[in-house]
Amino acid sequence: MIRFEAVTKVYPGGTTAVDALDLEMHEGETTVLVGSSGCGKTTTLRMINRMIEASSGTITVDGRDVATLNENTLRRGIGYVIQQSGLFPHKTVLDNVTTVPRLLGWDKKRTRARAEELMEIVGLPQEMATRFPHQLSGGQQQRVGVARALAADPPILLMDEPFGAVDPVVRTLLQDELLRLQKELRKTIVFVTHDIDEAVRLGDRIAVFRQGGRLVQYSTPAELLAHPADDFVAEFLGAQRGLRLLSLGSLKEVPALPVTTVARDAPAETVAATAAAAGIRWMVAVEADGRPHAWVDAEGNSLPVATVRDGGTLLDALEAVVSSPRGHVVRVDAEGRVAGVSSERDVLRAAAAHRSAVIGDDGQEVAT
Amino acid sequence: MLELLRQILAWFADPAHWTGGDGLLARLAEHLEYSALSTLAAALIALPIGLAIGHTGRGAFLAINATGFGRALPTIGIVTLVFLVSGLSLWPVYIALVVLAVPAIVTNTYAGMAAVPRELRDAARGMGMTGWQRLWQVEVPVAAPLILAGIRLAAIQVIATATMAAYVSFGGFGRYLFDGLAQRDLPQVLAGAASVAVLAITTDLLLAALQRALTPRGLRDTRKEAHA
Amino acid sequence: MRWSWFAGHVDEMAELTLQHVITTVISVGCGLLIAFPLAVLAHRVPRLRGLILGVTSVIFTVPSIALFILLLPFTGLSLTTTVIGLTLYSLVVLVRNIVEGLAAVPPRVREAARAMGYGRARTLIAIELPLALPVIMAGVRIATIMTISLTSVALVIGQGALGQLFADGLQRNFAEPIIAGIALTLLLAVVADAVLVGVQRGLTPWTRR
Repeated sequence: MIRFEAVTKVYPGGTTAVDALDLEMHEGETTVLVGSSGCGKTTTLRMINRMIEASSGTITVDGRDVATLNENTLRRGIGYVIQQSGLFPHKTVLDNVTTVPRLLGWDKKRTRARAEELMEIVGLPQEMATRFPHQLSGGQQQRVGVARALAADPPILLMDEPFGAVDPVVRTLLQDELLRLQKELRKTIVFVTHDIDEAVRLGDRIAVFRQGGRLVQYSTPAELLAHPADDFVAEFLGAQRGLRLLSLGSLKEVPALPVTTVARDAPAETVAATAAAAGIRWMVAVEADGRPHAWVDAEGNSLPVATVRDGGTLLDALEAVVSSPRGHVVRVDAEGRVAGVSSERDVLRAAAAHRSAVIGDDGQEVAT
Repeated sequence: MLELLRQILAWFADPAHWTGGDGLLARLAEHLEYSALSTLAAALIALPIGLAIGHTGRGAFLAINATGFGRALPTIGIVTLVFLVSGLSLWPVYIALVVLAVPAIVTNTYAGMAAVPRELRDAARGMGMTGWQRLWQVEVPVAAPLILAGIRLAAIQVIATATMAAYVSFGGFGRYLFDGLAQRDLPQVLAGAASVAVLAITTDLLLAALQRALTPRGLRDTRKEAHA
Repeated sequence: MRWSWFAGHVDEMAELTLQHVITTVISVGCGLLIAFPLAVLAHRVPRLRGLILGVTSVIFTVPSIALFILLLPFTGLSLTTTVIGLTLYSLVVLVRNIVEGLAAVPPRVREAARAMGYGRARTLIAIELPLALPVIMAGVRIATIMTISLTSVALVIGQGALGQLFADGLQRNFAEPIIAGIALTLLLAVVADAVLVGVQRGLTPWTRR
C-alpha cells in the first residue's frame, strides 16, 4: 500500500509539478493516474521509486518512508515499465528479463526457471529467449518489458504509459494481457496514461490530475463517469461519458435467449423443416465449428449477423444491437461458437438499469 | 610519373632495403613500437576521462572541445620542446603522440556515452542498478562501437605522425623521409611515405575488424535488420 | 625562461603570424573551391561517392612531413608547395563534410522544392546548401584548425611560418621560440574558430532563434 502525504515537487525555476498531494493507493489494486500533459502524473509515479525526489511531504510504502530506504534496494523491489520499454539492445531477451534477479544474486537455476515462467506469463514463446530486442515487434518488446519488471516478483509495479508507443490493435491486446495478469497476480499497480479509455478499462481506481499537479478526483471508474467532480473532469472524460459507463457493465446483465441453428450447407428442405419444427421464421446458419454465418429463413433469404462475445461489455452489446438488422444480437462463447441470442429490448433495458444503478437515480421514466 | 613508380618498386624490390638496422623490417618494428605504445598510453589516460564525463554528464564542454584543442596543437612544436628539455630520448616523441591521441579518444568516448538513449539509463536506474553497474552493464556496451571507432581514429593519426620521431634522430618510417630528403634520394622518400600509408590502411582495416568483433551482437545488426 | 627574448622578437613573431594566416587562408580557400564541385558530384552521383571519399581518405594517410618533402622536387622550396599540401589535406575534411551536410537535408524538403518547380541548380543553391551549412561550417572549422597546426610542419622545407620558431629553437637550444610558436599557433586557432563561428551564425539566422 502506497501513501502520499502532502507531497509537493517544485523544480528550480518555479514550476510546481505536484501540489500537496494526498493519495492512498490500495494494495492489490490498479490505480490509474490520468490527466493531460504536464499535470504531474508521471512525476508522481517516479517519486514512488525515487527516480525523482519530492520537495516536501512523505511517501510511504507499506508504512515505510521511501526516503529512508537505500534507493537501489528500493528500486530492486519495485517493477518499472516505461514507454519505449528501455530494453537493453545489447542483451538477449533472456538476459534482459533476468536483470533484477541477477542483481539480487539469485542462483542460475532459479533465474532460468523464473525466466521461463515469466515468458509464459506474458505470453511469449520460449524460442524468443535468445533473440535480441531489435528482432522483436513493438508489442513483443513491451511484453518483455513487463516480464522484466515482474522478474523478481515485486509487490508493486509502476507503469508509465507502457502501451503508448504501439498501435491501437496491439494496445488492446496488451491491455487484455495486463487484466489477465492482474487477475492472477494481484499486484499493486500504479499506471500512468493520458487515455481515459485505457484508464476506465484497466483501473480499479482512477486519480485525475490537472495542470499544476493538483489531484481533482479519485474514485472508481463507475463513480468517475457517473459523477465527475467538476467541469474540468467532465470535459476530460469527454462527450462519450455515458457510453463509456456502459463499458463497465457486463453482458451477463442481459438475459440470453435460446436460438435455433442450422448447418450452413444444409439443403433447403432441411432448413424449411427445421424452421417449421421450431415454429419460427429466422434461424442462425452456423459453420461446421459452430461459428455463426448468417441469419437465414425458410425462403432462402439471408441477413448478416452481429455478434458479441459472452465476456463482452454492455457497450459491445449496444454496438452489436445498432449493427444488427434483426434487432437481435448473437452471443458467442470464447471459441466463437453460437451461445444464444439477446433481444435489442433486453439490451437497452439492461443499459438503462446499469446506468441508473451507477448514477443512483431511481430509474424513473418520463412518459408522454 | 611512371618512371617514379618504377623507381619506388625497384627500391622495395631491393632485398638490402629490407634487412639490417636501416631495413624496412627494423623500421616497421620501431614505427609500430612508437605507435602502439602511444595509442595504448593515450587510451589508458583518455578512456577513464571520457567514461567519467559521459557517465556523469559533467565537463561535457571539455570533452566536446578536446578534439579541437588537440587538432590545434602543433605536434612538431611539442616534440621539439620536450626534446630540448629532456635531451636525446624518446620522451618527446611519446609525449607528443599521446597528447595527439588523447583528445580524439576523449571526444569519441564521450560522444558514444552521450548517444546512449535516455530511456535505457532510465530503465537501468529504475531497476535499481548502482551507478557502477549502469556504467559497465549498460552504458559502455551500448557506447562500445563509437568508443572503439575513436581509438581506431587515434591509432591512425598516431601512425601518420610517428614519422616525427625521425626529426629528433630516432627511427621509424620517418627515417626514410628525412634521410631521403638529406640525400636527395626521392625514391627513398616515396618509399617511406608509401610504407606509412600502407601501415595506416592495414591497421585501419584490422582495427575495423576488431571493432566489429567487439561490438555486442545485439547492436551489430540493428541497421540491417528491419522489423515489423 | 628569458622573457626578454619575447620582447626582443615581437617583429619576427608578428611577421611569422601574418605568414601563417596567409598560408592558412589561401589553403583552406583553395580547398573549398576544389571540394565543392567534388562534393556536389559525389552527392549527385552515388556511385562516384565511394570513389571520391575513398581517394580523399588515402591522401589523409600520407603523413604531412612526407607530403611536403614529396612535393619539393615538383614545386620547389616555396609557398606553393606548402599551400598544395595543405589544400590537399583540407580537401579531405571539406569534401567529407560537404557531402555529409548535403545528405543530411531531409528528403521531404527537397521534394517540396521540386514540387514547387525549383530546378536542380536552384534547389542546390537556395535550399540544400543553406540547410547543409552547419555541417559544412563544422568541416571548415576543423579544416582551418588542422591547417593552422599543419602549417608548422612545413618547417621541414623551410616554409613553416610560425613553425620556423620550432626549428629556430631546436637549432639554438632555446626553449623560448618554441613556446612562443606553440602559444601563437594555439591563439591563432582560437581566434580563427571564434571568427568562423561568428560567420556561421551570420549565415544561418534561422538557427539563432
